[in-house]
Amino acid sequence: MKIIKSLRTAPPTAWFGFVVVTIYLIVAIFAPLIAPYGEREIVGDEYVAWDSQFIFGTDALGRDMFTRLVFGARNTVGIAFVTTVLAFVVGAVFGLLAAVVGGWLDQLLSRTVDVLMAIPSLIFKLLLLTIFGTSVVNMVLIIALIDSTRVYRLARSVAMNIVVMDYIEAARLRGERLPRLIIREILPNAMAPLVAEFGLRFCFVFLAISALSFLGLGIQPPTADWGSMVRENASLISFGDITPLLPAAAIALLTVAVNFIVDWMLHRASGLKD
Amino acid sequence: MTGPQNLLEIKNLCIEGRSGTSWSNIVNGIDLTLERGEVIGLIGESGAGKSTIGLAAMGFARDGCRISDGTILFDGIDLRAASVSARRKLRGNRIAYVAQSAAASFNPAYKLIDQYCEGPVLHGSMERDKAESDAIELYRRMQLPSPDEIGFRYPHQVSGGQLQRAMTAMAMACRPDLIVFDEPTTALDVTTQIEVLSAIRDIVGQFNTAAIYITHDLAVVAQMADRIKVLLRGEEVEESDTKTMLKTPKEEYTKSLWAVRTYARPEHPLQSTQETPVLSVENVSASYGDLQVLFDASFDIHRRQTVAVVGESGSGKSTAARVISGLLPPETGTVKFEGERLPPEYKRRSKNQLRQIQMIYQMADTALNPKHRIRELIGRPAELYLGLRGKALEERVRELLSLIELEPDEYIDRMPSELSGGQKQRIGIARALAAEPQVIICDEVTSALDQLVAEGILKLLDQIQDKFGLAYMFITHDLATVRSIADEVVVMKEGRVVETGPKTKMFTPPHHPYTELLLSSVPEMDASWLDRLLESRANKNVEK
Repeated sequence: MKIIKSLRTAPPTAWFGFVVVTIYLIVAIFAPLIAPYGEREIVGDEYVAWDSQFIFGTDALGRDMFTRLVFGARNTVGIAFVTTVLAFVVGAVFGLLAAVVGGWLDQLLSRTVDVLMAIPSLIFKLLLLTIFGTSVVNMVLIIALIDSTRVYRLARSVAMNIVVMDYIEAARLRGERLPRLIIREILPNAMAPLVAEFGLRFCFVFLAISALSFLGLGIQPPTADWGSMVRENASLISFGDITPLLPAAAIALLTVAVNFIVDWMLHRASGLKD
Repeated sequence: MTGPQNLLEIKNLCIEGRSGTSWSNIVNGIDLTLERGEVIGLIGESGAGKSTIGLAAMGFARDGCRISDGTILFDGIDLRAASVSARRKLRGNRIAYVAQSAAASFNPAYKLIDQYCEGPVLHGSMERDKAESDAIELYRRMQLPSPDEIGFRYPHQVSGGQLQRAMTAMAMACRPDLIVFDEPTTALDVTTQIEVLSAIRDIVGQFNTAAIYITHDLAVVAQMADRIKVLLRGEEVEESDTKTMLKTPKEEYTKSLWAVRTYARPEHPLQSTQETPVLSVENVSASYGDLQVLFDASFDIHRRQTVAVVGESGSGKSTAARVISGLLPPETGTVKFEGERLPPEYKRRSKNQLRQIQMIYQMADTALNPKHRIRELIGRPAELYLGLRGKALEERVRELLSLIELEPDEYIDRMPSELSGGQKQRIGIARALAAEPQVIICDEVTSALDQLVAEGILKLLDQIQDKFGLAYMFITHDLATVRSIADEVVVMKEGRVVETGPKTKMFTPPHHPYTELLLSSVPEMDASWLDRLLESRANKNVEK
């Protein structure tokens, strides 16, 4: 009820975001129903121009571009979402724990995070992927681990400002246990910045996956993925064909939409009016 | 433009504030005139529009406010019609503002003197080096310690009272015709307050500056103002010169403001000194890191008694509370509950031991989790300690809400942000009561509240004490509060207990010298009180 009520007052930008994200979700979930062909199916000649049979033409192997875009939504968005959630669970749990417990645990975690953050993230990811081998599971774990350090920093600093409040002191004196202290007392107050970070982090992860795929270390062919689709079809640009920009546009649109939603949520959570 | 004309003339001032999308009146047709060199006091509860009027006198409205009607003439200049740049030229130069919290108003990244010089240099009235020597001169007149070098410190390196004086000196930098003082001493101790008050009064007198003095403390305004205007919800209640106002207030509301200071409850006599005190602090010393803040402190709290712990900030009152609650384990000494030694650290105390001692905090805003509903805020201790669930829990929460005089149906599902300051404090009380404790530690519970609201809280605490036989440890710096509710008084200074005893003994001479200083520093409802006090202190110094 409350969500519906607050949605009614949401600004048009947030609405735009919701609509776009919903469309992406529907496309991702019902991909096999929407796509006219199979994901890996070769259905025609290479680089067929846009026509009634192939709405966006075909790629270098003669696969339908539109079909691959649809499946790309499932793969790229799905993997990015899983990765971000994982990064958040790990980062937020340890960040809040470090802030509440403090002492040596905080030192241990924070210094470890410092070390991990000291290495440039893309290079670190490439390095780890080379060591552990390129598979989707490895990629998800590696990106999640590296991005969780950023989430940790944020969660810890936000929680640091909350644990000094009198109501946390009151809760401690009441004898509340650690899990409840973190989940019921601190987390609700740390939600706004964390949600905002989630939106941004999702975009970063999403771009990181696309970048890795573009470099050939991410999602492996023949799986459809927007990042690698840009690379595979990049040469078409020189012929004035905008097809390779379609997956790029799909990435950009989702990034913008997610940020609109996050902006609105942040605004609402901070109690700012209009 | 000299002559008979008034310096400031405000007619029919109306200010609207925005709530959501609609505008509502927060100041309703206020008239105010001020001659050169005159000081007018604006008093009222919070929400009365005092500060808003003060700012409007500078032609300024806060974010979310707008001046909707009326005229503001400053020395013949219509501030509402004047251009932004014209107003900017006046502000800081001919009209200055002293905010309530100097600590929050100074930029922590710059030295005091840099901030002092900014105004005069910007307005082109002084060169930098001249402004600096002028600053030192004014610091001297404000009786700041070592005026030659204090300006070269950063705001965090000087005390609150000194900052407030430095701020007043800064307001004087351009020798303005009008200064707006917005509760300049509210955040200060009584003893520091005196220094700031006398410094402000001297300097305003010396330069013949007109001032608007905003406060909720009648006794303070009586010392400062030539005239007093009483405000209530954006409307004027009455205005007259200070002496008449103090002696013969006309309106009921003004009288009620005056009456608050006389609230007192009968003392609860100690049943027998042989009885084991419900809480006793024995030879406790404690420190934060290397800094020792509590030295060998001992006192007892008996059942049904209110022990007021008084002292200036930094005297160790709150530290004592932290030791009792187990937040700060003492280095030496013990805390006993009903004769039994409590583990020094709260983590080692049993649920039952934790339940027996509850806290009520000074700032109800930060003491209630803003994301919890009243139901959970009050219900949680009952659930945790007494194992109440479901219907029984709901019943208990409703019962507690009725006890603190808030309508259960209306309030049970509210968030703290939907409550007023006094209501929040009541919720804090209900939360403490929900645990069914023996001892409640009240840490400055009324100091952030208006006098009328504070009185309500004190009365409530009183009723609850009678009903449940509670013992209170009441930490405060306000001696008026002590006078109205305490049975026993513990006076603390620099981490040591300097005097303890029943209230009546404490308020009758002979006093410990420090108690004497505290007592004499409490402003009285008498316009000549500050003069007499300063005179008598000066005489004493001469004798010494």
